[in-house]
Amino acid sequence: MITGPMIRSKRSVHMLATQAAFVAAWGCLWSMTLPCAMASPMPPAAENVRLSDVPDDAGGALLLQWTTPALEASNGVVIERSATAKEIAKDPNATWIEVERLGKLAVLAKEGSYTLKGVSNSEDTRVRVAILGVDGELAEFVESKPARPLASFYAWKRTPLLLVVGFVSLAVLVWVALARRGVSTRIRRIAALDAVDEAVGRATEMGRAVLFVPGIQDMNDIQTIAGLTVLGRVARTAAEYDARLEVPTCRSIVMTAARETVQSAHQAVGRPETYSEGAINYITDEQFGYVAYLAGHMTREKPAACFYMGAFYAESLVLAENGNSIGAIQIAGTAEPSQLPFFVAACDYTLIGEEFFAASAYLSGERDQLGSIKGQDVGKALALAAIVVGCVCATVAVIFPTGSVSDMAGTIFGVTQSFFDGSLGSSGGGSGGG
Amino acid sequence: MLKRVIPLVILSASGLILILSYFSPITESLSETVVSWFNILAGVAFVLGAGNLLAVNLEKISSRRPGWAYAAITLVSFCVMLIAGLVKWGAVPNADHPNVHLAGSQDSTQAAYGWAYEYVLSPLTATMFGLLAFYVASAAFRAFRAKNFEAILLLGTAFIILLVQIALGAMLTDWIPANSAFAFLRAESIKAIVTETFQTAGMRAIMIGIALGTAATSLRLILGIDRAALAKD
Repeated sequence: MITGPMIRSKRSVHMLATQAAFVAAWGCLWSMTLPCAMASPMPPAAENVRLSDVPDDAGGALLLQWTTPALEASNGVVIERSATAKEIAKDPNATWIEVERLGKLAVLAKEGSYTLKGVSNSEDTRVRVAILGVDGELAEFVESKPARPLASFYAWKRTPLLLVVGFVSLAVLVWVALARRGVSTRIRRIAALDAVDEAVGRATEMGRAVLFVPGIQDMNDIQTIAGLTVLGRVARTAAEYDARLEVPTCRSIVMTAARETVQSAHQAVGRPETYSEGAINYITDEQFGYVAYLAGHMTREKPAACFYMGAFYAESLVLAENGNSIGAIQIAGTAEPSQLPFFVAACDYTLIGEEFFAASAYLSGERDQLGSIKGQDVGKALALAAIVVGCVCATVAVIFPTGSVSDMAGTIFGVTQSFFDGSLGSSGGGSGGG
Repeated sequence: MLKRVIPLVILSASGLILILSYFSPITESLSETVVSWFNILAGVAFVLGAGNLLAVNLEKISSRRPGWAYAAITLVSFCVMLIAGLVKWGAVPNADHPNVHLAGSQDSTQAAYGWAYEYVLSPLTATMFGLLAFYVASAAFRAFRAKNFEAILLLGTAFIILLVQIALGAMLTDWIPANSAFAFLRAESIKAIVTETFQTAGMRAIMIGIALGTAATSLRLILGIDRAALAKD
């Protein structure tokens, strides 16, 4: 008769035997894999390591290039540079200093590159590169020849922009000269600027203030300068009508410049005694702190006319909607493309982009300044011509996908595109969201 | 005379240096100097600004003008932040100079200044930014009223874009085969046509105008043709 405990002991023996077999099998497998892991191949050293000056810059940078011989066995790159004389004087043992440890992305392609910044222009620098293996092992370092950064006298890559700037500047100067000789400089009417007198007059009749907001940027922004030139005209009209003008500013320098501008306007109309410095104040540099002040001020004081002239970001709609809710006549002007739709939707008049920059010349009525706007139009004609050429060439290339006509159109299109990419791309635009 | 000529000379010289350094990298250090001058001026002007802020708010409080309580809050906040920033209360010690209190950092919330910035100013700023959603809604309501032909076009475009942005838009046009002749009617195609063709074309036209306007305005200022921003004698 077989008892229960006996059965259990037989089972235990069986289980033990099974476990032993598993352990033995794992042991065999492990022993088979171990030599493979230990024999993980060391990545081959980098080849063709060269160091050269970065062209078209002010120095201080070197371009490092290398070839990775075995991509599958590489997992990164370690870059070291030679210590400078100053560093060696501080620590005589410092010969090589690690600059960067790049990951897999650096060895995805055979040819790798890296720009060393902050390199001394006054002494030679050497760089060495070592490939990192998949298990983190480091291949032998390969050293470059010494190189020294050079400051370029002229940035060749900016030539297209220089040509465009030169052409536009020449056109402006020629038209200024022509205007001085009496050539007609009539430009179309800009409704937003014609409405300045109406807005200030309305505020005067209602006995309420005129609010002028010169944007949230400092005086180093061309939009703020353009805004202040419009302020000069608004202040002159306000001084003539004896209307109260308020200019809360977001920057201290803008406050100082705005005070000068408004004081000049009062002097120009022969009423220096009506100028009040207290109407032009600094509020805060903080974007939304400034908006909070303006929104509260508008709700409490209910100005009859609001001018927003300068660089605006997310606050544009808050200001314009508050002005709209109090029934003020609103005139805005900005060169921030992303904010223009908000001003167009909520304001009575909006100066769009170039109109805003033309405002000063338009309001002054001086022949010189109006001539400069004509010169600007020549630049616009150039841009228009380039657009037409580009469109025609692109269309021809689609209609005739092969052959000499297509090749010629493609070449012209490519040249036009690269020319204007270089010009507009590098000039920035400086627009941004909130 | 000097009040007008000296600023004009400084303006022209600075403008020309900045243009020169853009095309001739060897002169970049000159443009850095000009920018440093501006930063120094801005620093000095900040004292003027702070003085003006104090004067205006003190006057509001002393004359009990409407909203004087806000002026009091502004002044208290100003003083608290100024003192917290100057004495660096609770600043994290600098690793290189652990015994020099003023070398510590105020960026973390351990410091009073960092704490106030992170837990008072940032939420207030975010609140103001959050209000923007309601302003967008009210502005859109007014802008999209079909008053005339242009407004109807605007309303139609806005409706289509709003529709294709949501799942319903995709569901409505999913049955159109992606490789058929009518694929342009699919939600993603309509959105791409409006944003990449019409919108991009319009924005680029504005950008070209802005670039030319900036160049012409800069030239007028550098050459002294436009002197509206300069003081009169």
